[in-house]
Amino acid sequence: MSTILKTNALESEAIYIFREVVAQFENPVLLFSGGKDSITLVRLAQKAFYPAKIPFPLLHVDTGHNFPETIEFRDKLVEELGLNLIVRHVQDAIDEGKVTEETGKYSSRNMLQTTTLLDAIEEFKFDACIGGARRDEEKARAKERIFSVRDDFGQWDEKNQRPELFDLLNGKIEIGQNVRVFPISNWTELDVWSYIEKEKIEIPSIYFSHKRKTFVRDGLIWSASKYVYREEDEEVLERIVRFRTVGDMTCTAAVESEADTIARIVSEIKTSTISERGARIDDKRSEAAMEKRKQQGYF
Amino acid sequence: MEVLKIATAGSVDDGKSTLIGRLLYDTKSLTDDKLEAIERNSKKKGYDYLDFSLATDGLVAEREQGITIDVAHIYFSTRKKSYIIADTPGHVEYTRNMVTGASQAQASIILIDARKGVIEQTYRHFFINNLLRVKHVIVAVNKMDLVDYDQSVFENIKTDFEKLNAQSSYAEQEVTFIPISALKGDNVAQKSDTMPWFKGESVLDYLEALKPGQEEHTAARFPVQTVIRPKQDEFHDYRGYAGKIYGSSLKVGDAVTVLPSLTSSKIKTIEFFDQKYDEAVAGSSVTITLEDDINITRGDVLVKSDEVPQSSKSLTAAVCWMDGKALVPGAKYEIQHNTNRILAKIDSVESVIATDYSGEDGSKNQLTLNEIGKVNFKLSKNLFYDTYAENKAGGSFILIDLQSNTTAGVGFIG
Repeated sequence: MSTILKTNALESEAIYIFREVVAQFENPVLLFSGGKDSITLVRLAQKAFYPAKIPFPLLHVDTGHNFPETIEFRDKLVEELGLNLIVRHVQDAIDEGKVTEETGKYSSRNMLQTTTLLDAIEEFKFDACIGGARRDEEKARAKERIFSVRDDFGQWDEKNQRPELFDLLNGKIEIGQNVRVFPISNWTELDVWSYIEKEKIEIPSIYFSHKRKTFVRDGLIWSASKYVYREEDEEVLERIVRFRTVGDMTCTAAVESEADTIARIVSEIKTSTISERGARIDDKRSEAAMEKRKQQGYF
Repeated sequence: MEVLKIATAGSVDDGKSTLIGRLLYDTKSLTDDKLEAIERNSKKKGYDYLDFSLATDGLVAEREQGITIDVAHIYFSTRKKSYIIADTPGHVEYTRNMVTGASQAQASIILIDARKGVIEQTYRHFFINNLLRVKHVIVAVNKMDLVDYDQSVFENIKTDFEKLNAQSSYAEQEVTFIPISALKGDNVAQKSDTMPWFKGESVLDYLEALKPGQEEHTAARFPVQTVIRPKQDEFHDYRGYAGKIYGSSLKVGDAVTVLPSLTSSKIKTIEFFDQKYDEAVAGSSVTITLEDDINITRGDVLVKSDEVPQSSKSLTAAVCWMDGKALVPGAKYEIQHNTNRILAKIDSVESVIATDYSGEDGSKNQLTLNEIGKVNFKLSKNLFYDTYAENKAGGSFILIDLQSNTTAGVGFIG
């Protein structure tokens, strides 16, 4: 019997993009957060270059406020696939006095990541940084190119982006510039989860329903942790929750959920009436929060 | 799941954002928090209806000026398909954005305000859909609620549009007319009983029935992106050619010729990750190995041996210019054709083509931003290429500016 490859358009597109990166750049890196999108990227990269190994390192910008489950998962994945992992710490930039720790009720190291990222790009002379951002996540990201050119300050000039036609990706840059690459630009949250289900991809345990000490602020469920500022009258309760998106503890809210398998997560998302970034505390700062961060070099 | 990419273009007032918002709303693709934000912002602006355009206009500048710049991507899905809409502004100064959006699209929606009928913008949108050979065009006559759902208004616009269609360069294009009200939701996701005289389908029903993957069959083209050579003992002699298949499927055993070297071999394996297949369809990103050990690098193209295209050191193409610096004869650019880049010199600008079907102007010897024209190129090397009408992938290229590195234009080989 003859076997015919039935192609998955989004998967094919992502693999095509990975191969263009390796062909057009000398020193690419995959930005790995430990979240489901970057884990999906690792699987796609594996497929793009099989039987060869993934031909670029992973970079994790560690805020120091990560969920321990994410770090554990990261190390296991790197070990199993024989990947090259680079970790750079936000704490170092704080210690060097390059950035100042935020204080107050909504303090987070999320914004501080940008400095550490840009320093790492300079240190290793990365010319292409592959990330798991998706256009459906947020309005400013909806305009992002697949190959998005940044100047040596990491800035995004959204009004002067290169047109992208057909599959023709133009990665030509000058020294000092780099390109942010988004292979799963065209995936939605549901596409990612359906892919994780179909491919049986392992993900960190915090995505599944579990008991956690939490408190409620502004209608969002926050993790009770020494890294998260809490007012005295904000009462800590144990709740059954899971995370839909994983940043660090200070910028990611949980959702109440009983979904303890991927299949249940997929069906929960299909019927969900709240968007994924609805649980991102960092986006709530203002309507233009993401666009401002991107102009400064944020992912 | 099947993915359908759609291009839309239009101005602020023809209700395009409202149509997209309506599609999102009726397919339940807007989540509560997004819907609440729309309600909040609509109220703030003093509207007594939901301003769905707020769901699609992403950038701060756009919200300030109430206009859509650039290309925005919007996602929604039904049980049958995932949809990606590339939404672009419709004014002449955004021609390059419309061309960009249409280059990805399998279907396109052209909006006409029922009160205004066919206007200059309509010509331009349709012209771009002709030029880029977008197979399915929906002409949505919007704001039917404001003309009392009058059939004669719709029919008159249809007649005007068909005059335009007679001048189209793409006779096989499927053009469908649908009367709608995006604001009220008539004929958008569901058929409306406000227009019983209309016998066709709603916009969404029409899109749901399209089968984009199964219709275009042209010569197979396999541009090599990169060569996979694992440095592991078990794959010591492995040489896999990584790329995406265009046109039609490739099979194990197919006799293939490598361009430009014209060496020949047979396909030994077609691989996707750790599986081998006998056949892979167009659109698949695969790795191909050949029976013979021949020298192949990025930029080379595998084609079936009985489908070798023409080759030449010159070519003529319709070019849409996308750069502030004009295209002038004598200037050099890098052409990116599939995964190959070669130097090219502008020989002459034959004509500037009016996007309103009024003809060609042969008196100008340059192309400025957002203009479309017929351009003759001299190439530094012999290039194998198709015409765009024969084969989209083999007949299109981008022009890269040698100083700024930007994508300065796109060409459709004639």
